[in-house]
Amino acid sequence: MTTAPRTLYQKIWDAHVVDQRDDGTCLIYIDRHIVHEVTSPQAFESLRAAGRPVRRPDLTLAVPDHNLPTTARRDANGNRVPIADPQSAQQLDMLEKNAPSFGIRYIGDADPEQGIVHVVGPEQGFSLPGATIVCGDSHTACNGGLGALAFGIGTSEVEHVLATQTLLLKQSKTFEVRVEGTLGAGVTPKDVILHVIGVIGTAGGTGYVIEYTGNVFREMSVEGRLTVSNMSIEGGARAGLVAPDETTFAYVKGRPYAPKGADWDKAVAWWKSLATDEGATYDKSVFIRAEDIQPTVTWGTSPEDTSGIGGVVPAPEDFADASKRDAVKHSLDYMGLTPGTKLTDVEVQNVFIGSCTNSRIEDIRAAAEVLKGRHKADNVKWAIVVPGSGLVKAQAEAEGLDRIIIDAGLEWREPGCSACLAMNPDKVPAGERCASTSNRNFTGRQGPGARTHLMSPAMAAAAAVTGKLTDVRDLAPMTEPA
Amino acid sequence: MQAINHVAGKAIPFGRKNVDTDVIIPAHWLKTITRTGLGKGAFESIKLEDGNVFTDERWAGAPILIAGDNFGCGSSREHAAWALLDMGVTCVIAPSFSDIFSGNAFKNGILTVALPQEAIDRLMEVAQDETIDIDLDTQSVTTPFQDRFTFEIDPFRKHCLLNGLDEVGLTMAQGETISTYEGKARETLSFLASPVLAA
Repeated sequence: MTTAPRTLYQKIWDAHVVDQRDDGTCLIYIDRHIVHEVTSPQAFESLRAAGRPVRRPDLTLAVPDHNLPTTARRDANGNRVPIADPQSAQQLDMLEKNAPSFGIRYIGDADPEQGIVHVVGPEQGFSLPGATIVCGDSHTACNGGLGALAFGIGTSEVEHVLATQTLLLKQSKTFEVRVEGTLGAGVTPKDVILHVIGVIGTAGGTGYVIEYTGNVFREMSVEGRLTVSNMSIEGGARAGLVAPDETTFAYVKGRPYAPKGADWDKAVAWWKSLATDEGATYDKSVFIRAEDIQPTVTWGTSPEDTSGIGGVVPAPEDFADASKRDAVKHSLDYMGLTPGTKLTDVEVQNVFIGSCTNSRIEDIRAAAEVLKGRHKADNVKWAIVVPGSGLVKAQAEAEGLDRIIIDAGLEWREPGCSACLAMNPDKVPAGERCASTSNRNFTGRQGPGARTHLMSPAMAAAAAVTGKLTDVRDLAPMTEPA
Repeated sequence: MQAINHVAGKAIPFGRKNVDTDVIIPAHWLKTITRTGLGKGAFESIKLEDGNVFTDERWAGAPILIAGDNFGCGSSREHAAWALLDMGVTCVIAPSFSDIFSGNAFKNGILTVALPQEAIDRLMEVAQDETIDIDLDTQSVTTPFQDRFTFEIDPFRKHCLLNGLDEVGLTMAQGETISTYEGKARETLSFLASPVLAA
């Protein structure tokens, strides 16, 4: 083991090397594996066919989230409401059967702890700082907000982890994204990460693991850090990291699966040792001034297509790269946007507040703060708020946020992935626009032909109120933080 | 995994940049519980565009796809690799690939070849009328016009692809090494390594 200064990423990596080959490929131990219904059926099927057991069912958690409807799951008599789509029902049914048959703990569709995998992991204390965490879902990067090395894997890798609790990996390069300064009023963690992706591009982090450094992340809540790290993959990086600190420890302590007693003290001591050493170097770095970040939205079909809300729709000719010009032309055509249009003149018919990026309690509070005493615009036909888990839902209801949301004319739903990727019945109609707090504005992501504009929960709530993309700061004076 | 060494034939001259896995296979196709039959859903939204290369008879059943920078970005869905295989594609050539996609492709015996943009431009031109030839052993791409481009590939991946090796089986053979790590971790990282869940 090297004694040279190391980064946070290198320290977590070094602690998990099971074996190293001559070519540098390492067998890396996986501490936590979360399984959902979409990317696991083929993995379980292969294990069954080969007669292979799950090596560490005690480090594996199964939660359904992608296909579940966000409407009531039990009728008045407590019976399961049938799922209309037979394929969705089949995938959910397979997870419900596969988990117990391989000895894996399963959180069911109507359990209060059920939710989006990346919300459930941290909330349950299953995801921990310094841990290696995988799931067959690219937004596993979310858990990096705790200072965990967390990344998405394909189904073959899901099978590999189930069978061996390891993965064959090559060490990534390191990429420091430093944001320093003071964020303006109305600028949230979502705006920070959208701005970062706009700067580095969707391929900027390919081959790298990002470490988010600087006072902006140090001063951010854990939920904000989860939002930021969640979208690391949109910048091409398989994982993102924020060094664990006192804020992290306070968040993790006392959660159901968090270490307890002497184990807790031992854990904290180790977590404190993980911060990047003085003198350690990153393979590349980008520095961003917090003051340059505005409430940000996307206008195109790639998460790098971002602009401050005060901007206009760009023209293909504004881009130097020929293939980007071509992509922008396709994007604008798909989005039905004309170059030069002010973003605040773009009308939306749908609003989606939810997804693993923005469905935690702070997100619901931010949306409710904007919605309080207001009502959605008439041209907004469909507006739903989908909490990230049953526990977030219960918390929001205890705070009366559901009433504010419902009184504003929005729907308050059951937890799940929902309209982020429209695998369940929550879809945006073709040709219509959606102000969405999710993570991807890809062609067809929220339904075939759907046009997605990514933004923060406060900005999505503002769009619901005015019926068009809106600078939340123009809606009402922001209250000064206490 | 099927062993792969040589891929030769028509190449679909797609060339678009930042193609995400939602475009390769949209989410409503992910409800399958098998690995087959996804070819029909591949590039669904692109197939609606006039003059697209995926519904053009000239490239029907072509084993090679030529794409732009950052191919396969976004979602980790392995269905993207399965969809390509189902449409008959066993080799993708692009300037760069997303990390997750290239891993998924590899695990399904799809060869991903990274070449500089100039080479891609040339191959896009050749692919209009002629075939392209990829040889993994010599790590080269050639055309009937005597073009020859060489590419880099991870030696371990090359070895697995050439021999069609099952990675899960290979790692399971290291069961004792894994147990040794687990024993050590129970001491030093007890808070991570101890059993936490019961079914």
